[in-house]
Amino acid sequence: MSTEPGHSSNPSTNTAAATATAAAQHTSIPTGHEGSVRDQFDAYLQRVRGGEMGMLPALAALVIITLVFWIATPFFITKLNIANLLTQTGALMMLAMALTFVILLAEIDLSAGVTGGLSMAIFILLTNKSSLPWVVALLVALVCAASIGLFIGFFVAKVGIPSFVITLGLFLGLQGLNLVLLGNAGAYRIQTPAIVAIMNKSMPVWAGWLMLLIMVGLSLGTGMYDRARRAAAGMAVRPMSLLWARVGALAIGGGLIVWLLSLNRSTSSVEIKGVPIVVPLALTVMWVGTMMLDRTRFGLHLYAVGGNPEAARRAGINVARIRIAAFMICSSLACLSGLFSASQTGTVESSAGRDIVLSGVAAAVVGGVSLFGGRGRLVQAAIGALLISMITNGLGLLGQSAGITLLVTGGVLILAATVDALSRRRSGSTSLARG
Amino acid sequence: MANPTIELKGIRKSFGPVDVLKGVDMQVFAGKVSALVGDNGAGKSTLIKGLSGAQPYDAGEVFFDGSPVAINSPKDASALGIEVVYQDLALCENLDIVQNMFLGREEVHQGMLNQAEMEKHAAATLGSLSVRTMKSVRQKVSSLSGGQRQTVAIARAVLQKAKVVILDEPTAALGVAQTEQVLNLVRRLADSGVAVIIISHNLADVFQVCDYINVLYLGTMTAQLETAKTNHPDVVAYITGTKSDTKIAEESVA
Ligand SMILES: Nc1ncnc2c1ncn2[C@@H]1O[C@H](COP(=O)(O)OP(=O)(O)OP(=O)(O)O)[C@@H](O)[C@H]1O
Ligand SMILES: [Mg+2]
Repeated sequence: MSTEPGHSSNPSTNTAAATATAAAQHTSIPTGHEGSVRDQFDAYLQRVRGGEMGMLPALAALVIITLVFWIATPFFITKLNIANLLTQTGALMMLAMALTFVILLAEIDLSAGVTGGLSMAIFILLTNKSSLPWVVALLVALVCAASIGLFIGFFVAKVGIPSFVITLGLFLGLQGLNLVLLGNAGAYRIQTPAIVAIMNKSMPVWAGWLMLLIMVGLSLGTGMYDRARRAAAGMAVRPMSLLWARVGALAIGGGLIVWLLSLNRSTSSVEIKGVPIVVPLALTVMWVGTMMLDRTRFGLHLYAVGGNPEAARRAGINVARIRIAAFMICSSLACLSGLFSASQTGTVESSAGRDIVLSGVAAAVVGGVSLFGGRGRLVQAAIGALLISMITNGLGLLGQSAGITLLVTGGVLILAATVDALSRRRSGSTSLARG
Repeated sequence: MANPTIELKGIRKSFGPVDVLKGVDMQVFAGKVSALVGDNGAGKSTLIKGLSGAQPYDAGEVFFDGSPVAINSPKDASALGIEVVYQDLALCENLDIVQNMFLGREEVHQGMLNQAEMEKHAAATLGSLSVRTMKSVRQKVSSLSGGQRQTVAIARAVLQKAKVVILDEPTAALGVAQTEQVLNLVRRLADSGVAVIIISHNLADVFQVCDYINVLYLGTMTAQLETAKTNHPDVVAYITGTKSDTKIAEESVA
């Protein structure tokens, strides 16, 4: 009946859907991709004013804090300090990204830090007391962490215990397990050079540039791919200049950092240069996680369950499965976070991971991941972690005490939570269901 | 008259000693809007829950396009093409219109969501229902009005190629203008060949948009009327039980 040309892969058998496809040719609602750069910018501003601020507050805070410390101390923007900042953030960033997966479901994992600690305890026992190759030991540690996530997920999704309670229990219990495994006799030294290198060694200079090239290539590639697919489906595409601007910003910003890190930053005669090894590792996790959240059914269902579990259930989504998977991802990434901290200090001790978890939650929230669930992205958690590290680092350079640092960090957290609550109210989260 | 898309015969349902449905018969036709009216507690929601698979009937027969079917789960219902738009709508406010319309039945290309294709079909479906009040199909549902949300929920049912769409009090929470929009939408939905059932307490809406009016009184279908051949006071009389076509089952008196 409809004489629509080509590319209709979806078999429209129902009468309504068939007329729908035919009608698309003349009457169509915009998709947000139409219009000039100017229109796009206006639409964006309108969304921001409507409360969909995304990563804007966190980015603004990042710029402001950078400027403040830059003005306040000449040591803040230096090759050495930037490298330090990146490594200091590593473990926190990974933990904040880990927690994002459960915070998106409006859940929490208070045991994420000690899960990282426990998996490192297992790792160190396997490598130091047996001849197991470190890769195998690391895999065993990862599997242990994932099964802790499975355990939490089961109790939350199937038994119905609030995640706050079950993970508080594990927070205490796993610390005990750590003590039992390692004893309280101090720290175990990591004897695997590859692990110590993550935080303490840098890649060759060329590898840093290659990393940047890959990032720019991926950004451009996915952008072009999306455009091509939209065009093939006959949908409007945004002006190409917007994509160039995004890729260009990445190339210039990233280029600046890679260039700084490629200069010798050593204060002694031994040369230190190159991008720290932790950087490509963290970026890879972030990229894979973001692709999963933004582009797969699993990611979409995670957001759906976080937004309205009942709606998700009625739509046929297996809510329990999503919950369990999120806790497993969280615990697995927590293991990587534990690995990063262990690499940083070169040791594993029974108290490992005890203190970092609340900073991880704070980092995610500061970055704009909503504790109410359903809103937030990995890059926001990463920016939040960077913000918190910058505050600690900058105030440290200024000679401020730990007390002041905690006060400022706490203030920033409260500010971020307020922005979240207000923007939620702005975006009118009233519904028929609640009205 | 054309054959009914759905025919219910002798439907019974009780909760313990309470008989909520006492042998209900009903017919629903493609391309027509059928109202299901009745006072609070008459059993309307219970009757609908059986059709949606949420709460199977105790006894009785369901015919779909003339052949007997068993609807024991929501999956069975959606396999037949029966979609329910619940009063609370059940949309994810943090997701956009396209995502909500496709939720649970996303189109996937090489393991990744096929955004362009879904956007296209969502826009086309809304277009076919002559919905033009939305700024963009990528608008978040949290930024939509009540009527627009109702529209998204209905469009979701259309998109899933529903043959029967059941709406539970679609206009209860809406103002005058939005009610008008939704009723127009319901009419267009039926005109496209879908069988529509509306539960409503608002007789003005019912008379405006429905082709048939089915009245439940204490678990018994007391009247099945053609809207064109009846009037407001009559329907009120059926609803309040002062008038009845069928003899009210004995048990209800006992
Ligand atoms: N799960 C249940 N257990 C026991 N009784 C129930 C249950 N569900 C419904 N009932 C009873 O069945 C009767 C009919 O309920 P139903 O919800 O179908 O009425 P309704 O016509 O939808 O009313 P309303 O207009 O108020 O929505 C009521 O008396 C109600 O108390
Ligand atoms: Mg009801």
